[in-house]
Amino acid sequence: MSKSLKLALSLAAVMAASPVWADKLGLGRPAVPEEIEAWDVVVLPDGRGLPEGSGDVSTGEEVFAEKCAMCHGDFAEGIDNWPVLAGGQGTLTDRRPVKTIGSYWPYLSTVWDYIHRSMPFGAAQTVTPDETYAITAFLLYSNGLVDEDFVLSKENFTEIHLPNENGFYPDDRAEVEYPKFRVEPCMTDCKGEVKITKRAADLKVTPTDPDGRPAGTIPDWFEVAQNDTAPEAPADEAQAEPAAEAEATAMAAPDPALVAAGEKVFRKCKACHKVGEGAKNGTGPVLNGVVGRPAAAVDGFKYSNAMKAAAEDGLVWTPENLHEYLAAPKKFIKGTKMSFAGLKKPEDIDAVIAYLSTFGG
Amino acid sequence: MSETEKKGTSRRAILGAGLAAGGAIAAGRVSAAVPDPLITQVQPWASEFGDPVDATPYGMPIRFESHVVRRNVPWLTESPISSINFTPIHALEGTITPQGCAFERHHSGAIELSKSDYRLMVNGLVDTPLVFTYEDLTRFPRHVQTFFCECAANGGMEWGGAQLQGAQFTHGMIHNMEYTGVLLRDILNEAGIKPEGKWVYVEGADASSNGRSIPLEKAMDDVMVAFFANGEALRKEHGYPVRLVVPGWEGNMWVKWLRRIAVYDRAVESREETSKYTDLMPDGRARKWTWVMDAKSVITSPSPQAPIRHGKGPLVITGLAWSGHGKIARVDVSLDGGRTWTEAQLSGDIKPKALTRFHLNIDWDGREMLLQSRAMDETGYVQPTKDQLREIRGLNSVYHNNGIQTWWVREDGEVENVEVS
Repeated sequence: MSKSLKLALSLAAVMAASPVWADKLGLGRPAVPEEIEAWDVVVLPDGRGLPEGSGDVSTGEEVFAEKCAMCHGDFAEGIDNWPVLAGGQGTLTDRRPVKTIGSYWPYLSTVWDYIHRSMPFGAAQTVTPDETYAITAFLLYSNGLVDEDFVLSKENFTEIHLPNENGFYPDDRAEVEYPKFRVEPCMTDCKGEVKITKRAADLKVTPTDPDGRPAGTIPDWFEVAQNDTAPEAPADEAQAEPAAEAEATAMAAPDPALVAAGEKVFRKCKACHKVGEGAKNGTGPVLNGVVGRPAAAVDGFKYSNAMKAAAEDGLVWTPENLHEYLAAPKKFIKGTKMSFAGLKKPEDIDAVIAYLSTFGG
Repeated sequence: MSETEKKGTSRRAILGAGLAAGGAIAAGRVSAAVPDPLITQVQPWASEFGDPVDATPYGMPIRFESHVVRRNVPWLTESPISSINFTPIHALEGTITPQGCAFERHHSGAIELSKSDYRLMVNGLVDTPLVFTYEDLTRFPRHVQTFFCECAANGGMEWGGAQLQGAQFTHGMIHNMEYTGVLLRDILNEAGIKPEGKWVYVEGADASSNGRSIPLEKAMDDVMVAFFANGEALRKEHGYPVRLVVPGWEGNMWVKWLRRIAVYDRAVESREETSKYTDLMPDGRARKWTWVMDAKSVITSPSPQAPIRHGKGPLVITGLAWSGHGKIARVDVSLDGGRTWTEAQLSGDIKPKALTRFHLNIDWDGREMLLQSRAMDETGYVQPTKDQLREIRGLNSVYHNNGIQTWWVREDGEVENVEVS
């Protein structure tokens, strides 16, 4: 067979095998029911997708205090910039509206779905269906929508309607805005005298560079050239000495693998606690230098009375004390503001302490 | 003294002399007082070796460009895990945004998901629920398209008035990339949509999952499931290995780490499409499903982070325009706060639902200017003023602020974010 004929034949085979694109390609494989059950957790406004289960307000209050209040506050009032979940009804026309589940959210299914799939922040998909019903019941109670003995379940779920259910309408820009803005624009004498009415410089809310200019201002090239020096190659003698020093400290330094594991565990903490250079107090105190330091010692952080009392009694954050505290915060210091449930695995606690020990005060 | 240090010192001295020459240039075309040593003397880089190949197997920008990075505004959010940063648009040109400085928005941090661990499920109102691997996706017919992705909250901090000093902060929740991927409709066809299917719900593999509902017409139109951006694999922060691309629509719908596509007979009404990304109007009711990003533009230079340093004379005004409804038809620029307008030049290719670069070359007389740009798209929509938007939407609307931006350029070339009457 000639070479060109072979090529023609094989091309024909390829063409024949090519499907018309409207047909299926046969890619992928059927999903099995267990897989769909694991990933398809959507709950719709009409209650479709809800699993069996129930939860009452007081259980919800307990679970909320343990898993949610660290950011959202004991009464769902929101700590710092974290979302406020309760109150705000009647504020939607105010200059500073408070958009909460009670004042703004249209559907209870959204609340249930979001708690169940995405909360708590940093530990998503750890809330059971019963706990989700309970937290949702508590949030309804916090918003004054049910009584304290209310029990939410799959059965009565769709009987609950949030106050702002009818407060939304589909995008109407095409009717309300586009006819106004689809007009031939003015090119000359479009207005009279132009006055500056608002100035950003007055507010001083933009991040700045060390020279006080807005962060990221393009440098003046001639200034840059004058101050510029190429990065220096380290001199040989300079290298020798720190090496010896490093060897000496290596004995006491924590295991890098443990530190790395601790960094991962710390994700659960870093919503509230900051570490590293420039770290500031957040919902929780900055944790630089915490290992080995007396309790309640960070300037400018408002500790709970319980924590202050423990500090007066001489509590020091030794690795042992930290270990006990992080296993069960509320048990170790009754009345601590830290509403974190605690780390279940001792190896996680060891790791996070090792990680924290790498940040000096 | 090391060799590098010597080099540095000599260069400083030489460039000091260069400054004098440069200073003279600013005043117009005058003869140099002294010959420029950068020209008359042999410079180290013209005599010695530069870096060998492989010095940086994957290169970063040269150190002189270290200011061209993403930045955030820390007070905006409580935690950087669920936060946003801004593209340095004031320092970029052309239209393509490099992935490494394209704005990030995460709701639960940027996750590390390998191609081998990647799975995409299609279920709901389909004939056959399916699971795809990464490799399966690469076997669908491929498409290459460039689109802008803009966060609906871009400019949201400016609703009440001028706040932030710099185009990066006022308009930097945007990027523009060339995507390679497959069409969502090809994937949906593979599973077979049942007649009652009207909506597609998409969600990500990260802890937030960030689900959004998309009407079937859009899903079957131009939505892409992408795995390359600007010629290389998606970066981690942009959804590696697979993200959704929803041309012209708000960035929140461009789900990263895409893990599931489900067909429904209605919108899911997820958290991100009810409590967020809805627009509270003056009467206390709210618009929902405001997906399209209307036409918008901004002058990227001069701007507060890009002041004029060369004095009066020739000045290039450069900026970006875009519309979620299609192509940009025209951009006008005003130097006097909107009293008179001049049509700018649209530079390069004009693609639908993609960033378009505009330039206006002027002879600056050194006097104050109130710079504005105004985009018009192919539907005839003209970018409104902020006051025109406020008149309709009030002050509590947060998202979709596409009003005209004003930069006040002063005689010394410094620029401030202002609003004008």
